[in-house]
Amino acid sequence: MEVKNTVTAEDVHHVEHHADEHHHESFWTKYIFSQDHKMIAKQYLTLAIVMAFIGMFMSIIFRLQLGFPDTKFGFFETLLGKWGKGGKLDPGFYLALVTIHGTIMVFFVLTAGLSGTFSNLLIPFQVGARDMASGFLNMLSFWFFFLSSVVMVWSVFIETGPAAGGWTVYPPLSALPQAMPGSGLGMSLWLLSMAFFIVQALMGGINYIVTVLNLRTKGMAMSRLPLTIWAFLITAILGLLTFPVLLAAVLLLIFDRSFGTSFYLSDIFIGGAPLPQTGGSPILYEHLFWFLGHPEVYIVLLPALGLTSEIISTMSRKPIFGYKAMVGSLCAIAFLSCIVWGHHMFVTGMNPFLGTVFTITTLMVAIPSAVKVFNYIATLWRANIQFSPAMCFAVGLVSLFISGGLTGIILGDSALDINVHDTYFVVAHFHVVMGAVAVFGMLAGVYHWFPRMFGRMMNKTLGYVHFWFTIVSVYGVFFPMHFVGLAGIPRRYYANSAYEGFDYFLSVNHLITIFAIIGGAAQFIFLFNFIYSIFKGKKATQNPWNSTTIEWTSPVGPGIHGNWAGPTPTVYRWPYDYSKPGAEKDFIPQTVPFSETKSSNLPGEE
Amino acid sequence: MTILILIAVILGIMVLVKLMNIVQLSTQVSGYEETEDDQIKENNYAGIGLMLFMIIGLSLTVLMIVSYRPHLLPVAASEHGVGLDKLLNINWIVIGFVFFITQITLFYFAHKYRHTKGKVAYFYPMNHKLEIVWTAIPTIVLSILIVTGLQEWHKILMTEKKDAVNVQVYGYQFAWITRYSGKDNTLGKSNYKLITDENPLGLETSDPAMKDDVYTTGNEMHIPVGQEIKFQFNARDVIHSAYFPHFRAQMNLVPGMNTFFTFKPTITTEEMRKITKNDKFDYVLLCNKVCGVAHYTMKMTVVVDTPEDFKKWLRKQKKAREISSTPTVAENTTVNKEVTATL
Repeated sequence: MEVKNTVTAEDVHHVEHHADEHHHESFWTKYIFSQDHKMIAKQYLTLAIVMAFIGMFMSIIFRLQLGFPDTKFGFFETLLGKWGKGGKLDPGFYLALVTIHGTIMVFFVLTAGLSGTFSNLLIPFQVGARDMASGFLNMLSFWFFFLSSVVMVWSVFIETGPAAGGWTVYPPLSALPQAMPGSGLGMSLWLLSMAFFIVQALMGGINYIVTVLNLRTKGMAMSRLPLTIWAFLITAILGLLTFPVLLAAVLLLIFDRSFGTSFYLSDIFIGGAPLPQTGGSPILYEHLFWFLGHPEVYIVLLPALGLTSEIISTMSRKPIFGYKAMVGSLCAIAFLSCIVWGHHMFVTGMNPFLGTVFTITTLMVAIPSAVKVFNYIATLWRANIQFSPAMCFAVGLVSLFISGGLTGIILGDSALDINVHDTYFVVAHFHVVMGAVAVFGMLAGVYHWFPRMFGRMMNKTLGYVHFWFTIVSVYGVFFPMHFVGLAGIPRRYYANSAYEGFDYFLSVNHLITIFAIIGGAAQFIFLFNFIYSIFKGKKATQNPWNSTTIEWTSPVGPGIHGNWAGPTPTVYRWPYDYSKPGAEKDFIPQTVPFSETKSSNLPGEE
Repeated sequence: MTILILIAVILGIMVLVKLMNIVQLSTQVSGYEETEDDQIKENNYAGIGLMLFMIIGLSLTVLMIVSYRPHLLPVAASEHGVGLDKLLNINWIVIGFVFFITQITLFYFAHKYRHTKGKVAYFYPMNHKLEIVWTAIPTIVLSILIVTGLQEWHKILMTEKKDAVNVQVYGYQFAWITRYSGKDNTLGKSNYKLITDENPLGLETSDPAMKDDVYTTGNEMHIPVGQEIKFQFNARDVIHSAYFPHFRAQMNLVPGMNTFFTFKPTITTEEMRKITKNDKFDYVLLCNKVCGVAHYTMKMTVVVDTPEDFKKWLRKQKKAREISSTPTVAENTTVNKEVTATL
């Protein structure tokens, strides 16, 4: 079977020449303004990796400040100039770093990086389409992402510094340049960048949805879609419903800042003078922001869960347990995520009755999440696990998802939230459940589908080393941080000198910073492995993980235009026929009809 | 320090170069294909590694709980805080139980079912009964947690407390002012357009309710023990958040809006010093919503006094009636309307 499906790039080239109409691609159309989903996926991945290193580097700098507040770092001054005078980080720039780190990681790395890379790569491949529904829109979407990244990074280098009011940029702080230097030009650039970003997200999302719904190959019923595709589809729908609301929030903020409106402003006295604006409410901004902000968490999380569902099943050599329950819980999580945003606002002055409603909806999210965890664990039960680096990351993801999800029960409970709101407990919680989980999903995805992207394998040994350093440092950074929060230490504090009871936790902050540096350094192992393997990695075989899904039937290597030389493959079965009793191998590809597998067919299959 | 970092960077580059050599060599041992034995070895490393990681990780979890616990916040110093702590502990027990069970199962399975020679996976795609069971159990447990949580929430924020004393907490970049309503228990009107150096709260002197209002000028607020205090929060410039960690209380200050939080302090500063065995202990009010560059310095010491001491201290505070008279602002703004947010 495997042999039959093997088609080399050379064969295809040959075929295509005869088929004629083969357009010759120049460097520009092939690598830069490409409309090919495979190339666009790589572009997204590359830019996301660059942004991830920038974001990570920022976090190391402010962690150094937090962990070693009494030490002078000479290189701060060399690197940051006036913001690192005398080897000390400037408190304003500290906030700027925290803000831009958050923005870059949430949006540029985990939203665009994860969905952009893997939706683009896997949707056409796994549904059996020749490309995205609109290659042109797809190309535009990447270039809007690029533009938005450039503006965001550029904003770090301006005179007054970048936006510094936290990644949520609540007005009036973000609306008034008098309130802090970062609310000047830096904030305008932040808003501009985010507007571009939203355009990017919408273009991408429309494409993903249309492709999944309309371009499935013959036999690819919705019930035969791999869980990755389900996750990408639901993520895209979620993004399409919520990103426009963020655009509204951003636009109104731009009006307040630049045109004297008072959507968010009222009764403000600042810089020695009262402002004329009355009647607005910052709470309105918070509602609009979190209407996206919370689903955003799941926009980041669901693709990671989709990728690991596929990896765990493949590498366990076992069907994913409860396919329908997995799809159902994805839908339930997505639906609930749209009606829980108020849990970010329990103590903002929102009517306490609303707090009641949001507590109920929020804690309900734990039910489908628990189902997913149990299904993952049940998949591992009596499996035959092949621990590739991707599988290691997938298991790590489940562990982190449990750890981070459980602390959410405390934050989602309005009464308990009172005392941990905006403390390091929150920081620890969301870094584990959304940051680390999504990063683990992304890394697992890169290790697993690297052969699909580049036709070569990543080095396994380096992969294992990378995994162990990463999981140890992720837990090392974020586990102790929960205690910092329970001690009542607020987030976004430049120094914890306000209250002497916080002094004890300086030693914990040392520890966290050291783990952060180790974790950061370990990512260079990945970077090295990634770049090295693109050029010199071991050549991949047709189906390196003995997977059932149809992306592995397309020619090895970077792939060809149109994905398959002949007609697109026909699909006959669901994607999880692993270790089926009676089958000759421990996997039956989706392209194999039931008529060829009489010995393993279950009742009702023929 | 800089030198240390430089050394670290150089060492890092050297390690990478070395790694590159190793990788090159290992691929150059030409035509070397991974054998089944190699794969089993890798799976053993990973499986055993994950098991060890779980055992060490969970042990460290216990160790951290034991060693950090005494340094967390001391016993709740407010009436509702005691109930909240109890609720938190119940939640921790449930969470801890689930955490240990699921992590142990996950890593144990990962270890036990790693690939070994001749192992075949068990084809087990679904079981409706199991799915129903593990949907139902979390639903029941969460329902209990939701109900107990909401009972506390209702008590704390949705129940009007009788005999509460009205106190205003006013925040601006980067300090706090506390205003006490005096005998009439009514805070006089204010307007942000009246703010001057002399009148930092923008008080309307013509309002009769203003006559007995007093406010703090220093960086310290006092409150009497055993008295329900209804705090009204107002901000001058940007959003701040009044966080009283020891009283388990927090509420944002939002420009253009009144927000409220009522609590009853139960332990005086003196008593708390004895409980914590720390002569220098002080309650604190912290800003907990990023409000500008010096956000981290925005704090106020909170002193819980006996009612007598409180009265003595109050007499020494600045009286609103001493402010030279202000013009009346015809068009009253929203600041003093007795409404909570309806958004």
